[in-house]
Amino acid sequence: MSAHRSPGLGARLWSWRYLVLRRLSQFGFLLLFFGTAHWGWQLAKNVPLLTGNLSASEFIALIPMADPFAVLQILLTGHMLQQEVLLGAAIVFGFYMLVGGRVYCAWVCPVNVVTDLAGWLRNRLQIPALFILNRITRYFVLIAALVLSAITGVAAFEWVSPISMMHREIIFGFGLGFLALLAIFLFDLLILKHGWCGHLCPLGGFWSAVGRHTAQIRVRFDKDSCTHCGDCAKICPEPQVLNLKRLEEVGYVFSGECSNCGRCTPVCPEGSLRFDLRPLIGKHNAVAVRAGKGN
Amino acid sequence: MADKSVTRRDFLVKLAQGTSLAATGGLLWGYLVRQETRAAPFALRPPGALPEADFNATCIKCGQCVNACPYDTLKLAGAGGDIPLGTPHFTPRQIPCYLCPDIPCMKACPTGALSPKLKNINDSRMGLAVIDLENCLSWKGLRCEICHRECPLKGKAIVLETHPREISKHAMFFPIVKSDACTGCGICEKACPTTEPAIRILPHKLVQGRIGEHYRLGWTFETEITQDFQPAAPASSEAPAEVPKQAPGMDYLNQGL
Repeated sequence: MSAHRSPGLGARLWSWRYLVLRRLSQFGFLLLFFGTAHWGWQLAKNVPLLTGNLSASEFIALIPMADPFAVLQILLTGHMLQQEVLLGAAIVFGFYMLVGGRVYCAWVCPVNVVTDLAGWLRNRLQIPALFILNRITRYFVLIAALVLSAITGVAAFEWVSPISMMHREIIFGFGLGFLALLAIFLFDLLILKHGWCGHLCPLGGFWSAVGRHTAQIRVRFDKDSCTHCGDCAKICPEPQVLNLKRLEEVGYVFSGECSNCGRCTPVCPEGSLRFDLRPLIGKHNAVAVRAGKGN
Repeated sequence: MADKSVTRRDFLVKLAQGTSLAATGGLLWGYLVRQETRAAPFALRPPGALPEADFNATCIKCGQCVNACPYDTLKLAGAGGDIPLGTPHFTPRQIPCYLCPDIPCMKACPTGALSPKLKNINDSRMGLAVIDLENCLSWKGLRCEICHRECPLKGKAIVLETHPREISKHAMFFPIVKSDACTGCGICEKACPTTEPAIRILPHKLVQGRIGEHYRLGWTFETEITQDFQPAAPASSEAPAEVPKQAPGMDYLNQGL
C-alpha cells in the first residue's frame, strides 16, 4: 500500500477503523468498571452502572456476568456456587458463542493492548524469532489449569492470571501486578512473537474452543478476487487461521482461533476479506462467484 | 524397517519429553498456587466469609464486595503483598467494619464466598479481639474503657470487670473480650488510643484455644459422677433448717455463724 502514493489521512483513519473501535471497546470496559468503582457512576439512584471486574460483574444492578472459565475452574475444585454467578457465566458464554469466543481477546481483554504494543514494536524493530512454539500449547495449558484446579482445590489459573491481575489492579489500585504485565510485554517483544495471546494463554484457548462452531460473525473469504499477496497473513496475529487453501473450500475464516480483530480486512488490497454474518456468507460468496464468472 | 524403529524411538522420546515438560510446569504452577493461597493466616475477611480454604476456592476476586461497602473498609489484595492475591480483606486500624445491618458486601457476592447464611450481622465472626494486657491502659490502672464504649456490642462482646485497687477507694476497670459475642469488626482496634493498638483483631485460628472433649467441668452440669458431690437439697420451708444436734467437736468452726 505504501509502495503506491501515500493515502490521505481520511483513508488511513478508515483503514484503522477496527483498531480504533477495538481500543475504544477495551478502554471503554475498563472505564465503565473504573468509573463505577471510583466515581460512583450510576444509572439511577442506587443503580451502579457496572460493578466488579471481568471475573464477575453486575450491569445496572440487574444483569450478572461472569468469566465462564473462572467459574469452570471453581466448580472443578468441588465447590458449589450461587446461582447468580452461574447465570452470569451462562450469559457471557452464550454471548461469545454467538459472536465468536475470541472476540473477547481482541475487543475486551486488557492484556491485548500490551501484547499488541509488543507485537507492533517487534515488527518495527525487526526482532528475529528466538524459537518456535506450537500454538497447540495453549490447549495444554488450558487442560493443566483444569486439572490443577481439581488437584489444588483452588482455581489454578485465576490465582496466577495476569489478565485478572491487570484488570483488578487498574480498577482497584496498583500493586506489583504491572510486573506480570512487563514480563508478558518483554516475552512478546523479545522472546516469542505473539507469545502470550497466540501460544500460552489458556483463556484464549478456552474461547477458541467455545467459538469454533457456533460463531455467527466471521470474516468472509472471496476466493475469486484474492491474488494471494499475503498481506493478511503478514499482519494477522494468528496467521495459521488464514490457510487460503482451506479458506477457499469453506468460504470464511472458520478457525476458532481467529479473534475477529479485523486487522486483515482493511489491509487486503482486493477486499477479499470482510466481516460478514455466517448465515449470509454462502449467499454472498455465490454472488461473488457469479460476478467473477460474468467478468 | 530401520526407519520404523527410529520413528518409534523418536515417538517415545517425544512422549517422555512432553510428559516431563507438563509435569515440571504443572508442579511449578501448583507450587505457586499453594504458596499464594496459604500466604496469610492473618487475613481478615468480610462478614460471612467461608472458612479460609473454602473462601479461597470460591472467591472469584471480582471486587463487588469492595464496591458495595459504603465505608471503603474492604480492599482487594494487590500482587506482591502478604494477603492472597486479589482477595478482599480489611485492616481494622485503618477502617474497621461498621457492621451494616443489611450486610451489602455479602449481598454483592455472586459466588457465595461471603455466605448468605449470615442473616444477622452480629452473628458474623470476622476475627476475635485480643487485648495486650501489658499495654492496655485500663489494665495498667488508668481509666480508659474506650474500646468498651465504642464496641457495638458493649456489655456482650466487651465487658468491664471492676477490681478493687490496693489502698485506694477507686476500682480498676478491666475490659474483657467475650468470644461468643465478638464479631471481629475491629471498631475497638480503631478506637484504642495507645500508639500501637493494645486491642487487636486476629483470626480465631491464631488466638483461640480449644480444651477438647475429654475434660469434664463437673460443676457446670450434672453427671452421674458429680451427683455424689452435690450439696444436699435445701430443706423445705415448712421445716426451717436447724443446726442438727451434734457432738460439739463435729462442726465447731461454723457454730455461731
